[in-house]
Amino acid sequence: MAVAESLAPEQAKGDVVYSVENLVKLFPIKAGFLGSLFSPEQYVHAVDGVSFDIREGEILGVVGESGCGKTTTGRLLVRLETPTSGHMFFRGVDIATLRGNELREFRRKVQMIFQDPYESLNPRFTVFATVSEPLLVHGVGETYDEREEMVSRALESAELKPAEEYMYRFPHELSGGQRQRVAIARALVLRPEFVVADEPVSMLDVSIRAGIMNLMLNLRQEYEIPFMFISHDVSVTRYMSHRIAVMYLGVIVELASAEEVIKNPMHPYTEALLSAVPVPDPKAKHGRVEIKGELPSPINVPSGCTFHPRCLYRRDICKEVKPVLREIVPGHWVHCHFAGEIKTRKPDDIPIEEGTCDVCHEYVTAAMPSRVCNCPRIYHAEHAAQLGSCPICKKRF
Amino acid sequence: MKDLRVYFRIMKGTVKAVDGVSFQLKRGETMGLVGESGCGKTTTAYAITRLLPNNGEIVGGEIRFNNALVGRAHVATEVNEALKRTTWFEEVQAILGSQEAEIAERQKALMEAEARVAAAPEEARGPLIAAVDPIRAQVAARLHEAELIQTLRAVGAAPPSDELKAALQAVVDDDLKGFTAARRRRRMDREIETEINTIRWSQVSMIFQSAMNAFNPVYRVGDQIAEALLTHFPDMTKEQARDRVLQLFSRVGIDQSRVDGYPHEFSGGMRQRSMIAMALACNPQLLIADEPTTALDVIMQDRILAEIRDLQRELNISMIIITHDISVVAEVAEKIGIMYGGKLFEYGNIMEVFDRPANPYTLGLMSAFPSIKGNRKRLRAIPGSPPDLSDPPPGCRFHPRCRFAQEICREKDPPMVEVASGHWSLCHFAKEIYEGTLRES
Repeated sequence: MAVAESLAPEQAKGDVVYSVENLVKLFPIKAGFLGSLFSPEQYVHAVDGVSFDIREGEILGVVGESGCGKTTTGRLLVRLETPTSGHMFFRGVDIATLRGNELREFRRKVQMIFQDPYESLNPRFTVFATVSEPLLVHGVGETYDEREEMVSRALESAELKPAEEYMYRFPHELSGGQRQRVAIARALVLRPEFVVADEPVSMLDVSIRAGIMNLMLNLRQEYEIPFMFISHDVSVTRYMSHRIAVMYLGVIVELASAEEVIKNPMHPYTEALLSAVPVPDPKAKHGRVEIKGELPSPINVPSGCTFHPRCLYRRDICKEVKPVLREIVPGHWVHCHFAGEIKTRKPDDIPIEEGTCDVCHEYVTAAMPSRVCNCPRIYHAEHAAQLGSCPICKKRF
Repeated sequence: MKDLRVYFRIMKGTVKAVDGVSFQLKRGETMGLVGESGCGKTTTAYAITRLLPNNGEIVGGEIRFNNALVGRAHVATEVNEALKRTTWFEEVQAILGSQEAEIAERQKALMEAEARVAAAPEEARGPLIAAVDPIRAQVAARLHEAELIQTLRAVGAAPPSDELKAALQAVVDDDLKGFTAARRRRRMDREIETEINTIRWSQVSMIFQSAMNAFNPVYRVGDQIAEALLTHFPDMTKEQARDRVLQLFSRVGIDQSRVDGYPHEFSGGMRQRSMIAMALACNPQLLIADEPTTALDVIMQDRILAEIRDLQRELNISMIIITHDISVVAEVAEKIGIMYGGKLFEYGNIMEVFDRPANPYTLGLMSAFPSIKGNRKRLRAIPGSPPDLSDPPPGCRFHPRCRFAQEICREKDPPMVEVASGHWSLCHFAKEIYEGTLRES
């Protein structure tokens, strides 16, 4: 089975297809006329210096919370947005500055699959019209029969079989899963060399989701197309990807093979993110690394390391100096001053006796004097003394 | 007040959104209701709080909260629906029996109340008489139904036959004629209205699906919560309400200074927290959370789930958590109910159900979920898509997608089988699946 094979922890060793260097995208905030006179122009730092490679036949997963810049990165890669600065080399050609015919030629080679199959299909277009539109736009396929043949092949590879049965239906006659398959067929009909899938399964029901994910894995196997798979769901990304890039506030904080990121997270943010992922097993109880506060505004990005206000391990340097993405062990890149020095843990290794103090919200490690009862709260010894007894079970400390 | 019991079997219009669902929830228990979109989980919640839209009607079964009836079908509607099924004779008998008991109970309550009035000294009668009136109204509201039951009883005292069915149908049709569903419901509601108005929000509250939109954008969040308090506790002063709101804010982990903020100034997680604060305002005994974390990021989801777990433990309230995400339920619930196509497919203790699922749909869901734990396993998709509930497939509703389906599944409705104590599964082969002896067909 093709999917079973692709599940083997392999490292894609093909040539670099897409190489991204220091990509930046700033969105200016529109101020009123007076505002533009009296205050400096402000920007949303959507993507703030991102570099990575995508190799032949590889699926690169991108995870992060909403607003971390993962979708903007995807849109930049297919040039739906123009980067503010930085370079993107697609098979050696810098895409960042392409214009006119060359850009059109590039767009034939890259495709995007969108999140919501209910909105990404035109309700007045039949499936055939939707899937054949890219052919018309790019002038591929001379005759109607030729195009019909191509559409039918694309539909069948998206497992809409027999294609004739679906070809002349409208989106409202299709289920959510079938719509997403049409969207996939539309992306594949031009035989692209690179596909960006932006949350392609997050709108779908669970029982249908697995089918679409397996389909995409099979297609990658069959056509050897490199994919970029964007998702907020770590479990789904792990299933889909060879490598995972974890993004936070427009920066890639960690980049390594999927299993390496899951089993050996090195960035404090990844550590917290993984411990927050719910596990479909009621017996799996583990300690949680709670991170403080909320995602800062991407307009006023914190100085130094952007994660420092929420980091458990921060030191003085983190506030001032911006870290760089460094390769700590071969193939494992981390954007942290102390990567490899601080001991981050995977969720399984976090003992129940560790966690965030309920009074001061600072981290309590197993080595510190602390107080716990049977309740899921933990306190520094001095804060426990202030409280006197557990506010939940009323047990005296 | 004893155990909280919710028991219901309802059916909505011609779209059978919820079709024969029963469960019990004890005080302090958390139940997760899992299912795909359109499987009837939200409708179930709306039926409990009686927030069904106008075209929705309970056509069978009943909902009890602390043993008080808070939702049920009109006798005529219920019998009418029962007559359409093959087991109509037994069902009609059961309906008449339970409704008679209910009416008798109310008459007894009325008699007792009147007896108390008679026994009390002259000067203490005032409040007692006032208490009798609503009970009398409740009995009066059912006079018509009581008559109908008597007629049906008189007709139905014969062995089951086609003639009997036709005769019963004629009685019911006669009653239904001239009454639209809405009027029938209104007629019945007068009785239940008093019941539900006292419990809605004060005893049963709900966290709605999209916390983003649940607040009115032009009022301060704190004021909106205070409004709920003032409506339910008319004696409360504004200052008391504000104190309570401040207390609730710190309870759910929002800084008290944000009480005068507007919804747009709150982040998604904070709005969800304020929604929880609002739901907790009147000290409910049952909290229904409809997709409480769906729109949130993982980290915020984790925090809200931890918050829900703590609240539940501290306040000892019962909870129904509705979600499509099995892993969310695994994190917070003790019991799990898995819904599909308007029916409860499997129900039981969460450890038990996860350990040894006894239903092919549950098995399918579990093998369709990726996890960050353990090794990467190949996911197995469930083929096809959920059924159209206005025209569900005959027999078992899952059979077109089931990998164990056999001839019987296409023809007969599956029974609810208790495979182990408190562990129920709606499947012809529940026992075999529980024991792991069934082969795929």
